[in-house]
Amino acid sequence: MIVITPQAGPHVRNPGKVPSLMAKVVLALVPATLFGIYLFGLPALNTVLLCVVSALFFEGLCVRLVNKRLGLVLADGSAVLTGLLLALTLPPWAPWWIAVGGTGFAIVVGKQVYGGLGQNPFNPAMLARVALLLAFPLQMTTWVAPAPLFSPAAPDFAQSLTITFNGAAVPDSLSGATLLGQVKTDLDRGLALPQALGAHFSPLGQGIGYAAGSLGETSTLLLLLGGLYLLWQNIINWHTPVSFLATLALLAWVFQQLDPTSYAGPLYHLSSGAVMLAAFFILTDPVTSPATRAGQLLFGAGCALLVYIIRTWGGYPEGVAFAVLLMNALTPLVDHYFKPRQYGRTRRGKPLPLPPLEKMAPSRRGRP
Amino acid sequence: MRLFGFRGGVHPEAAKHHTERRPIRRLPLPRRLYIPLQQHIGAPAKAEVAPGQHVESGQLLARSQGLISAPVHAPAAGRIVAIEEHPAPHPTGLPVSTVVIETDSEQPPATVPSTEDPFTLPPATIAERVGAAGIVGMGGATFPSAVKLMPNPKQPIHTLIINGSECEPYLTCDDRLMQERPEAIIDGIRLIRHALQARRAVLAIEDNKPAAFAAMAAAARQSEAVEVIRIPSRYPMGWEKQLVKTVTGHEIPHGQLPGGIGVCVHNVGTAYAIHRCLRTRQPLSSRIVTVAGGAVRHPQNLEVPIGARLEELIDFCGGLTEPPARLVMGGPMMGQVMPHLRVPIVKGSSGVLALSAHEVDDGPERPCIRCGRCVMACPAGLLPLEMGARMRHDDLDGAEALGVQDCIGCGCCSYVCPSKIPLVHYFNYAKGELQNRRQEKAKSEQTRQWAQARSERLAREAAEKAALRAERAASKAQQKRPPHPSKEPL
Repeated sequence: MIVITPQAGPHVRNPGKVPSLMAKVVLALVPATLFGIYLFGLPALNTVLLCVVSALFFEGLCVRLVNKRLGLVLADGSAVLTGLLLALTLPPWAPWWIAVGGTGFAIVVGKQVYGGLGQNPFNPAMLARVALLLAFPLQMTTWVAPAPLFSPAAPDFAQSLTITFNGAAVPDSLSGATLLGQVKTDLDRGLALPQALGAHFSPLGQGIGYAAGSLGETSTLLLLLGGLYLLWQNIINWHTPVSFLATLALLAWVFQQLDPTSYAGPLYHLSSGAVMLAAFFILTDPVTSPATRAGQLLFGAGCALLVYIIRTWGGYPEGVAFAVLLMNALTPLVDHYFKPRQYGRTRRGKPLPLPPLEKMAPSRRGRP
Repeated sequence: MRLFGFRGGVHPEAAKHHTERRPIRRLPLPRRLYIPLQQHIGAPAKAEVAPGQHVESGQLLARSQGLISAPVHAPAAGRIVAIEEHPAPHPTGLPVSTVVIETDSEQPPATVPSTEDPFTLPPATIAERVGAAGIVGMGGATFPSAVKLMPNPKQPIHTLIINGSECEPYLTCDDRLMQERPEAIIDGIRLIRHALQARRAVLAIEDNKPAAFAAMAAAARQSEAVEVIRIPSRYPMGWEKQLVKTVTGHEIPHGQLPGGIGVCVHNVGTAYAIHRCLRTRQPLSSRIVTVAGGAVRHPQNLEVPIGARLEELIDFCGGLTEPPARLVMGGPMMGQVMPHLRVPIVKGSSGVLALSAHEVDDGPERPCIRCGRCVMACPAGLLPLEMGARMRHDDLDGAEALGVQDCIGCGCCSYVCPSKIPLVHYFNYAKGELQNRRQEKAKSEQTRQWAQARSERLAREAAEKAALRAERAASKAQQKRPPHPSKEPL
């Protein structure tokens, strides 16, 4: 990169910088991460550490290969964030090669081949998650029931190493299913929705997140807390999350009104799966989402529509990752069509018409 | 009064508290003054004096050239030492033609109050006198003020807006002027209103200057000719387009000046200069300058004769406490970097800032993460991130298609950029290149026309010659021929 000393203003700058933005996003994810580690025990900790460390490793490797400044790039914190985000979407007891391979895919294929930070068209973590899901469907859908740290069911340190590095099978007593997966299976078996839901769904339980699921996606409330922190800190705009969540809730409500025995309500959709994580941490990835407010509103709504379609009528119980990638692909188009209006011009770029004189001219005030 | 918002903008740390409470002090007359012949937008003035000549205070040094130009006057009595090239107050520090005066004494120029009532003067005369006094826009744009005062029957002005917003951080020269000389400013505003025959005059002051607002409101109460209003503090409020939108609710259509919608904008400093010009017949030869920044020992506002070098101002303010990381003339958002302290104060110098390293703090430039903060901040409604990406690849056409020409250079995008990308730097470059391209095009078009005219002329001349030759040949043939051509000999 060419370093120039600018002669043009401004000569004072806003203190916000890329590393501090990334650090705040990571900070906002800490509660949900800690909760995931608590809920699923030491193997979950292994997964998080593996993802973060290998993200730094792969980022450093790529940066070395193209002779960029290693320290400058690693310090921006984007690799750590990608690794952490991927870890949060993985099954908590995933084998080590899922974590490392997935992170490698995210960093190398998802980001660095395009030129690194800011150049990737797709969200790296979601790209890796989809690639893993398609390549290793078994490992990516092997869920564990909560086995909190210090509880009798929790694996100890040695066991955690076996689980992560030796691919020990999940004991039957701990195997579980996610709410979305369970409900989908039940519906496919011909059960009516109220029965399918009744057995597994409690809004409060889903909110707190004491349930089987991806490492960091279970606790809706902690993720919401992190998202509110990001909004408060002005790291993200409200446009994307609000439009995403509102559209999803609206769709769920409309279909529930049409047929309550087949379609679950808004609370079910908002509190399950990757929705909260996506709303505040995935869709708001600046690189792969539109840059204008109007574009962000459309982007969020489009994601919600796709999530609802995939969840309700698609082959997968969860559709957030697919929806995000599809909308990422639309981002350049959205950015092309949703531009702000330039000062003094109409939306089409023509000069504004002169306002009528009688509207402009005020009455005489005071004596000269 | 109802106010209107404008799109974008930022809230930089004002950093005005260092200077806003200290009274304006007069800089002792320096031994030498360096007065550039071009201190304004338009054609440079032409020197009227010769080296060795003695000039009086206020005497004309250089005459205005053309409509968009301004004359230059002597700020103090003294002897012309030289008219030679000296570094300009510009980032390059390139030499410009400068009149150097060795001043006689430290006496301030005597003022003679004029006895005539300027309100009896016809508007055209007021414009003429303002032009002859060398008054230019004092907010920094340095556009000759007389041009904006000239009556234009096609575009009558109904609203005069006086810009007292001073939205740039650090600067308090307008603030202090409003606090200390409100009556003079009100008089200046009334004179401008009279010249323009405007229906109303509005003085707009940002709400972070309560003292200035109170002083101006009190002074305006006497005549009721000027409405003093408070506007929200948001950069770039003081930029003409944003101010007009805020006060009138109308945007200036692309390609128009404020006059197009019947509005005229002047700065409070200009109003003060116009008051001085019409009431005491003094040309513009001094101004208020804010000397501030973390590296200045005693930041304050100074009344400085045009042509004093920056080093004199800094010395008078107690010198520097550390080597400045950046030396800026103007405000920190739109000001220009100065190469060194041996450049003079000119008519448009609102501030001299010696910024310390922690104030500048650019950090390393990183790649754009497309966060869109620049889009939200841009008051012109542009996409700085897209234009910046185009300019990084020297894609001038791409940047032009995105509207880089509409960039007002306010710096909001660079200010908010978390990757510290010098966006304004790119856009200034783009605008310069596009200007070059236009000039090249105009030049080649001119050349083409000339070449075509020449070939047409040559062809015409050749045709004329041929016709003449043919005519001559015909007449010769006629002469040679016998009057009654005989038939073939039998």
